[in-house]
Amino acid sequence: MVLTMLFIGIAMVASLGNYHKLVSLHRPLGIAILILAVVRLINRMFTTLPPFPATMSQWERRVATASERWLYALMLALPLVGWGMLSAGNYPIVMFGPVHLPPILPANPLLYTVLRKAHTVLAILFFLTILAHLTAVLFHTLVMRDGLLNRMVPWPVRSTKTNPNSNSQPK
Amino acid sequence: MRKGSIAGFAAVVAIVAAVAVLFAYAAGWLSPGKLTPGRFVDRFKQVSGRHPGFRLNHAKGLCFAGWFDSDGQGAALSRATIFQPGRVRVIGRFSLGGGMPYQADKANTVRGLAISFMPAHGEEWRTAMINLPVFPFATPQAFYDQMLALAPDPATGKPNPARIQAFFAKYPESANALKLIQSQPVSSGFENSAFNSLDAFRFINANGETAWVRWSMLPVQPFAPAGPAHPQADTNYLFDALIASVREHPLQWHLLITIAQPGDPTDDATIPWPSDRKQVDAGTLTINQVESDDTSPARDTTFDPLVLPDGIAPSADPLLNARSVVYVRSFTLREGEHKSPAAVSPADAEK
Repeated sequence: MVLTMLFIGIAMVASLGNYHKLVSLHRPLGIAILILAVVRLINRMFTTLPPFPATMSQWERRVATASERWLYALMLALPLVGWGMLSAGNYPIVMFGPVHLPPILPANPLLYTVLRKAHTVLAILFFLTILAHLTAVLFHTLVMRDGLLNRMVPWPVRSTKTNPNSNSQPK
Repeated sequence: MRKGSIAGFAAVVAIVAAVAVLFAYAAGWLSPGKLTPGRFVDRFKQVSGRHPGFRLNHAKGLCFAGWFDSDGQGAALSRATIFQPGRVRVIGRFSLGGGMPYQADKANTVRGLAISFMPAHGEEWRTAMINLPVFPFATPQAFYDQMLALAPDPATGKPNPARIQAFFAKYPESANALKLIQSQPVSSGFENSAFNSLDAFRFINANGETAWVRWSMLPVQPFAPAGPAHPQADTNYLFDALIASVREHPLQWHLLITIAQPGDPTDDATIPWPSDRKQVDAGTLTINQVESDDTSPARDTTFDPLVLPDGIAPSADPLLNARSVVYVRSFTLREGEHKSPAAVSPADAEK
C-alpha cells in the first residue's frame, strides 16, 4: 500500500494526462495509511517481537531496529506533511464525494514551500529505505535462508539452515 | 557459496533492480522526451523570461472580493452547495494573459477572470475563465508548441511566418478557433467583458443525473467596443478603468450554465457549441472591492480548475489535467520565491 502510494505520488507530479485521477486517489490513500500506521504503532507497542535469527550480528540487529523505527516515523510523517502542505497552500483537502478534512495549518506561502519540499524529500527517502529493507529481507530469505521472514509474516516460511525460533547469540 | 545461494543472490539483485527501475519509469526519468509539467514551466520561462514570485501565466492582475447570490436554478443541474439559493462569499482575480507581470495593457491581450466560491458550510469551487469564445488550442501539446511558434523570433523580434504556417498546418483546429475569436468584437474593458469556462464539465444533481455543461459570466455592464490603441505610457489603463468603475458602483455578472446536447464535443475546447443550446441563469456575481496582488489572499491561491465541489466533475478534456498540474507547479515555484511588487500597486487599487 505504501509502495503503491509512492509510485502514484512520483507518477502524478510528472503526468499531464492523469494528474486529477492520481491525486484524487493519493489524498484518501494517504489518510488511510496514516490511520493504519497509528493502529500498527499501537499494536506494535503491545507486542513482543520474535527473537532475531542467530545469523544476525549485533550491528545488524541494531540497524534492523533503527530502520524499523525510521519506517514507522515516515509512515506517520508523510501523510501529516501532505495534509499540512495542502492546508498551508490554501487547498481544500478533499477525500471523496462531499467528504473533506479541515486544514491543520494556516495558509502561509513559506510554510507551504517548506512542507512541499519535505514531502518529496521524505518520499524519496522512504522509497530508498523500503528498497534497503527489501534487499536485506530478500538476502536473508533467499541467500542466507535463516528464516528471518518468519519474524515478519504470520505464516510459517520454510527455513533450510537454522531454527527460526532459535534465540542463540551470534558467535 | 552453494549453487542455491548464487541463484538466490541473483534473484535479490533482480527483484530490487526491477522495483527501482519501475520507480524511475513512473517518475518519468526514463522518458526525457515526454511533455511534463516541468517542461511547461521551462518553456514559460524561455518565452517570458524569469519573474520570481509571479504566476507563470496571467502574471499581471488585480484581485477582488465580493459575493455570489445563487437563485437556486442551478440546483436542478448540480447538487453542489453553491447552487442552493443563498449568498456565498467569493474572492478572485482579473488578469491579462502572458507571463510578463509588467506588460502594458492592450485591448487584444486575453483577459482572465478567476473565482473561488467559498460557501460557509460546503465545498469550495474554483474556476478560471477567459474572455475568448473558444480556446485556441485543443491539447497540452498544441499549447506548448504555440508558445514558441507564435512568439516573436528572438533573431528578428517579429513572429516568424514560416513557423506560424507550420504550426497551423499541424493544428488546423487552432486556425479555425482563431478565425472565430477574431470575428468577435473585443469590449472596452474588464468590467464589460464576458468570461467563459471553455472546457466542459459534468454536473451531477441530487438524483445522480448528469449533464455536460460549459459556463460563462455575462456582464450586467453594457457592451462598448474597445477604443483605439492607448499610448504606451498608459500601461495600466484597463486595470485603472476597472478600479474606477468599481468605485462608482459594484460590478455584476450573471453565471450562465450552457447545457450540451448529445454529440456536442465535451473534450475539445476549440469547438463552440451551437448557439441554441439551453442556458440556465444560476445567479449573480457582485464585485464591490478590488485589491492589489500585493495584499490580497487571492495572490496565494491557485485557481486550479479541478478544485471542484461534489456535484461538479471534470470532462475528458485533456487541457483540464494539464492546467491543474501546471498551475500547482507554478504555485509551488512562486510561493518559494521572493515577491516583487505587482504592477497594479495597493495605492493604485485605492485610487
